[in-house]
Parts: sequence; structure tokens; C-alpha cells
Amino acid sequence: MTDLTHLSIADARDQLKAKAFTATELTEAYLAAMEKGRSLGAYVLETPEKARAMAKASDERLARGEGRALEGIPLGVKDLFCTEGVRTTACSRILGNFVPSYESTVTANLWADGAVMLGKLNNDEFAMGSSNETSAFGPVTNPWRRQGDNRSLVPGGSSGGSATAVSAWLCAGATGTDTGGSIRQPAAFTGIVGIKPTYGRCSRWGIVAFASSLDQAGPFARTVRDAAILLKSFASVDPKDTTSADRPVPDYEAAVGRSVKGMVIGIPKEYRVDGMPAEIEALWSQGIAWLKAAGAEIREISLPHTKYALPAYYIVAPAEASSNLARYDGIRYGLRVPGNDIVDTYEKSRAAGFGAEVRRRIMIGTYVLSAGYYDAYYVRAQKVRTLIKRDFELAFEAGVDAVLTPATPSAAFGIGEKSGGDPVEMYLNDIFTVTVNMAGLPGIAVPAGLDSQGLPLGLQLIGRPFDEETLFQVAQVIEDAAGHFSPTPWWG
Amino acid sequence: MSVDLDTVRRVAHLARIAVDEAEVAKLQGEINSILGFVEQLGEVDVSAVEPMTSVTPMVMKMREDAVTDGGYPERIVANAPMTEDHYFVVPKVVE
Repeated sequence: MTDLTHLSIADARDQLKAKAFTATELTEAYLAAMEKGRSLGAYVLETPEKARAMAKASDERLARGEGRALEGIPLGVKDLFCTEGVRTTACSRILGNFVPSYESTVTANLWADGAVMLGKLNNDEFAMGSSNETSAFGPVTNPWRRQGDNRSLVPGGSSGGSATAVSAWLCAGATGTDTGGSIRQPAAFTGIVGIKPTYGRCSRWGIVAFASSLDQAGPFARTVRDAAILLKSFASVDPKDTTSADRPVPDYEAAVGRSVKGMVIGIPKEYRVDGMPAEIEALWSQGIAWLKAAGAEIREISLPHTKYALPAYYIVAPAEASSNLARYDGIRYGLRVPGNDIVDTYEKSRAAGFGAEVRRRIMIGTYVLSAGYYDAYYVRAQKVRTLIKRDFELAFEAGVDAVLTPATPSAAFGIGEKSGGDPVEMYLNDIFTVTVNMAGLPGIAVPAGLDSQGLPLGLQLIGRPFDEETLFQVAQVIEDAAGHFSPTPWWG
Repeated sequence: MSVDLDTVRRVAHLARIAVDEAEVAKLQGEINSILGFVEQLGEVDVSAVEPMTSVTPMVMKMREDAVTDGGYPERIVANAPMTEDHYFVVPKVVE
């Protein structure tokens, strides 16, 4: 029998229904792979008992012919999603042993569709980071290595555990969140598919908040079709999230495989940034050639405010974070370090509970929101954000169906390589992804090739609001042309 | 714009994060590096631009003003570091 963990979600779903194997067998295969892959640091909490109970319930349903959309499919959950009765920490010391008494809407949707929970996945603390190195549980290792070099590479971040777990076959798919690129950049670094849906498509209820006007949940998967299957279950209309979009969820899988003939693909000239590696440039050209060959019309477009997206993001996101993270006070939940009085207790608890990157971002956010600076920084950044969104609106009004860009400015880098220096150097990782969050648009990263050192590289497609279907449709064309990319297992 | 050491101390206090003196100098450098990076926003003409308030056009949802949840204090205090009879215990606030 082939290794069950290597099946796509679509194949596993079909074979479970055909009773080729049971959900319990599939879950056991993943639990064994997780044990062998522990050195990768992807999981911060394994929930084998829960997984076995859920798989058993799925088997009973399947036996009755009542399997739901994700019946028996084992998934990993980023530790930013609250899971009822299962420790949820956002990979921060300040949440310590927080055990939610409620379930996030997105994960509740997955379980209601029959999925099996394998455990909680590592991420940058409060999703602040691009390498998964700011996690209180320590870094995650990318299953990919440079050819002839056994040094550990980062999987990207902030959803680094999700990316590694999916790429290394430690789960069939995973949840992620994306505030500035935290799904698409790690997907690109590990050779898998990741989609950040339109703002409002997936409920944010029960997800630990970072920057509420930018945060959006989305799936990681090994194929475009699998990502489409997962997004159907992720997305819902949720009265508990006031920014949840009140519109029906389409059948995304039906869009996979549709022709892109006659579609207009925009190529933004501003993404040709200074110092862009020749390999990234070549990958982008290759993507253009594939889509042209599939019958799409390629059109150069201009998104003139692109270069301002990252600086505007580093005002808006920390400002919202400083406000959201004010709730961690050492009183109602989480870590408390006793002080002389209540303010001293707050200050000591927060100093001990937050890591360096989180403290830095709270400080920046507090500064840009403080009296006298609010207009100069925050209001100006929100005006620039309006301009960034307008750039895209003009392109879409002119008939562009989707925009093609590289997903990241480089392949994965080494653990420790960028974490010690200037924080801005790390922030530059999100240069191609952050515009999408600022404009609230959907974006998908799809693997498209390997660099000269044998590391995966991804392309990004950006779509109109709530037009994830077009992204799946175009991404499938890239996947068909590029093929699949898998690491050579060295762990376990 | 850049921040001096006193501003770093003031912002840390506003953010309710204790910082020691060695950290103040380090944070000053890091914050100034980030502020230097965002300075380029000054180049953009935003004179006739509205600040973004909602990234996707949507109407705020309304519902009946009614109690729809609650009645489980034990769940509310379950994760608190110190509790007594369903109350959060805090250091003395009023003399």
C-alpha cells in the first residue's frame, strides 16, 4: 500500500468514500509521521486521543454512507485558532496554559464537515514574524534543504508550523492566518499552496487577533484543488464577526480545471524591484509564458503605490496590534508576574510574557497612536492604504482578471540568518504579499519551480474581491505546467 | 522623526511594558530604524485622499439588543492566574 500520508485531500476523500481504507488508518499514518517528524518543530501540541476519537466517529459516518465534505481528513491547526478544551497559546509565554472554553468559527466549520484534528501548529509569537523564529516554542525547520548542505532553513512565517507540517506530510492540510503574507510566504518557502482569501470571507471569531483590519484565515495544502476543497469549509457567514461578508460561499473546487482562455492577467511593473534575484525574475517570466500558452492575455499594468505598502503596513499593523494586545494584562488569563501595585503588575507581566519582536511592535504602535503623532503616522498611512487599494481597483476596472507576481523576493533562508540584525531586513520578506492585505484582496501562492540550490519558489496571483474562484482556476494552470515539488525526507 | 531615550521610556510606560536601561537604548535604535523606514510615506501626496476606514465596503451588522450569551462565570475565570468566588483577584487598587 502506498503511504497514506502522501495522498492529496481529494484522493483521500474519494478513497475513504470507496472504503479503500478507514479514517482511523489514515489518522494513524499521520500520527506516526508526526512522531517521526518531531525534530522539525512543526507541532507545539499533538492531540492523538482527540484525533483517534474524531477518526472513529468519521468511520461510523462513512460506514453509513453519510460522509461530509472533509470526512476523516486529518488537519493541523495553527496555534492562533482557539480550540475548545485544547491549549491555545499563539506561541506566546503570556498565554501560557490558556485553554479556551470555545472553538473558533473556522475550526468549528472544519469539524462540522468531518475533519480530524491532529494537533496545534507552531507560529511566530502572535503571528508577528516572517521566519517562525519569534515563537516561544522555538523555531520550525523547513523540510527543504539546499543541495549538498545540511544546514537548517526557516519555513517562513508566521504560519511556519503549518507550512512545514503540510510540506513534510505531517498533516493533509492546515489552517493559517495571513496579516501581511503569513500564509503565502511560508507556502512559497516550502513548495506548497496557500491562499489568503478576501478580507471578510472567513470569520475571525476565535482567532487570536494581531491586526484586525488585515488578519484573515486561510488554508495550506499540497495541491490547488485541495486548497479549494478546504476553503469551501473555512468560509462562512458568521454573525459573531461583524466584518464577516454576508454572501454565499461558492463551490471553489468547481473552478479548478476551468480554462483561462481569454482571461486578462496583469503584470505590475512596480514589482520588478531593485536587486531582484535573476532567478525570481526568470520564474515570473516562466509563469507569464505558461499563462500565455494556456490562452490568457498578458497585460502590463501599473500599481504606482506598491512601494509604499510595506512602510504603511508597519504603521497600521503595529498600531492595531498595540490596541489588540492591551488585553494581556496578567489579570484575566495568562501569565502574571506580581508587582508592587496594579500598574507594576501589568508592566512586569507584559515584559516577561511578550517576546522581543512583540514588545517592539507594541512600542511602535503605541508611539504612532500617541498624542501628536496620530495624524502624521496613522492617518497618513490609512490614506496611503486608500491609494494602494485604488491602484488595484483601476486595474480591475480596466478588465484585468488577476494579477501575477512573484510570491517572495528570495527562497527560504537559514535559521538565524536574518533574525539578529535590523528588523527592517526581515520585514522586506513581505514586500510582494503585504499590498494584498492592505487592499483586502484575495491572494494565492502556488509553487512554480526550484532555484539553483534546489529550493522551492512560488508565484502569487491576486484577484478581485471575493473572486477566489478565478485564483484557483489560474493557479491550477500554473500547477499543471510546473508540476509538484516535494522535499527529500531526511528527518525521523 | 526619531525618538530619544526619554520618549522610549515614556512609550514603554504607555504600553505598560517594563524595560530596563540596557533595553531602552537597544529599543531606541530599533524604533528609529523602523521610523526611518516609514518616513518615505512623506513623499506621497495625500491631500485629497480619505483615510481608509473599511477595506471591503460593508454595512455594520445590527442585531436585537438582547442577552444572547453568558451565565457561566466559572468558564470566564477558568484561565485567570488568581480568582476567588468567580472574581478576578488583583493587587490593591484603592487605598
